[in-house]
Amino acid sequence: MTNWERFLDTFFNGKVLARYWPDIAYGALITIELALLVVVTGIGAGLALALLRSVGIRPVNWAIVFVVDLFRALPPLVIIVLIYFGLPSIDVSPSGFVSTWLALAFVLMAFSEEIFWAGITAVAKGQWEAARSTGLTFGQTLINVVLPQAIRLTIPPLTNRTIAITKGTALGSVVAVTEILGQASSAVSNSYNPSPLMLGAAAYIIMFLPVVVLGRWVETRFAWKR
Amino acid sequence: MSSKPIVEARGIHKHFGAVHVLKGVDLRVAERELVFIIGPSGSGKSTLLRCLNRLEAPSSGSVVVDGIDMLDPKTDINHARQRIGMVFQSFNLYPHMTALGNVTLALRKVAGKSRTEAEAIGRAALDRVGLADRAEHTPGQLSGGQQQRVAIARAIALEPRVMLFDEPTSALDPELVGSVLEVMRSLRESGMTMVVVSHEMGFARAAADRVVFMDHGQIVEQGAPAEIFEAPKEERTRAFIGQIQRH
Repeated sequence: MTNWERFLDTFFNGKVLARYWPDIAYGALITIELALLVVVTGIGAGLALALLRSVGIRPVNWAIVFVVDLFRALPPLVIIVLIYFGLPSIDVSPSGFVSTWLALAFVLMAFSEEIFWAGITAVAKGQWEAARSTGLTFGQTLINVVLPQAIRLTIPPLTNRTIAITKGTALGSVVAVTEILGQASSAVSNSYNPSPLMLGAAAYIIMFLPVVVLGRWVETRFAWKR
Repeated sequence: MSSKPIVEARGIHKHFGAVHVLKGVDLRVAERELVFIIGPSGSGKSTLLRCLNRLEAPSSGSVVVDGIDMLDPKTDINHARQRIGMVFQSFNLYPHMTALGNVTLALRKVAGKSRTEAEAIGRAALDRVGLADRAEHTPGQLSGGQQQRVAIARAIALEPRVMLFDEPTSALDPELVGSVLEVMRSLRESGMTMVVVSHEMGFARAAADRVVFMDHGQIVEQGAPAEIFEAPKEERTRAFIGQIQRH
């Protein structure tokens, strides 16, 4: 056996690939499900917090800043483990899937809140004044005038952060979530061959490359001439 | 000229932290009157203007516009502001909307007009400022003068009782100033009550009923343009007018 043949046999073993690809495909479905939940709830909650923060009630803002800083500082894996192994001690036992979802959603919420907040504060004060001087309320001004401008500013950093955090779904393998990496690792153990990892890598590329391309398209699409 | 005041500000004081910006200012503006406020930078003239629609809340004093107590917490400030148009030095158009979108936003959200109704009113307002053919352009596609005229259209579309102008031509290239002054002149001729903070002395001389000179947060002197420009009584006024005219 040449080196090349040995390499192929180790990482791209035809029999192993054929045996385990349905497991990896199933894992990809779980990953997609988890990722969508994280993105929708995380960004939704982040936007809600940023809007709440712009109302400017001091104690509320301190609380928001505290929560946001906390979740930005903690590694996602630590949060997953805390939820999965910690909550049962108060008689709540979330599944590995729910633990991973909650942990990543909290982290994405924290980062997206900061991004949306930065976008809102970057909109010129004159925009608020012009809108308020025509009789628009604070809320109407925020929704119709400030937020559309803020969101355009936030799209590039938000896309990056979303992709980075969504890839963290792989951490779910630690708490027995049968997502891509979890499925691939058990396949590796069962087959004594690392080829399933290559399948997993391919699944990630197939899933995330379109997201990266979409992000780039959205960035150019939403830019407008100043 | 009717003597009934449409704007009546009394005893306005404004502090920004330790800085005392307005020190007891009284300003009455009669219906259909055009009042010009001049004064050195930092004299408090813009702050006074912004107190009239409560963009700045005065520290003390009273402001009544068209019979509405602007400083009463019970006053629906958003409703009251519809009657007071404001034009800013930096235009402050919404960059993500077309000219028509800028003009119709408050008509739809505040005045409660339908989209069709708002667009008809909006197009008429753009026509009044000579920009009917620019309705679908975004601010980025318009010159500074055109942007400021859209901003004027945005304010007059709500049929305000008073228009406030905060240095409307200061951010414009000299060749674009004329078109904005032209629109202000036609507004004046239509009988709009106007309070203008500006250094356009030629316009003040030609169009103002009264010129108010402010310095250090107080009104130093006021009177007809001819009096203030040709025969100011106060030394400070004379010095300021002299400086302006040397340019």
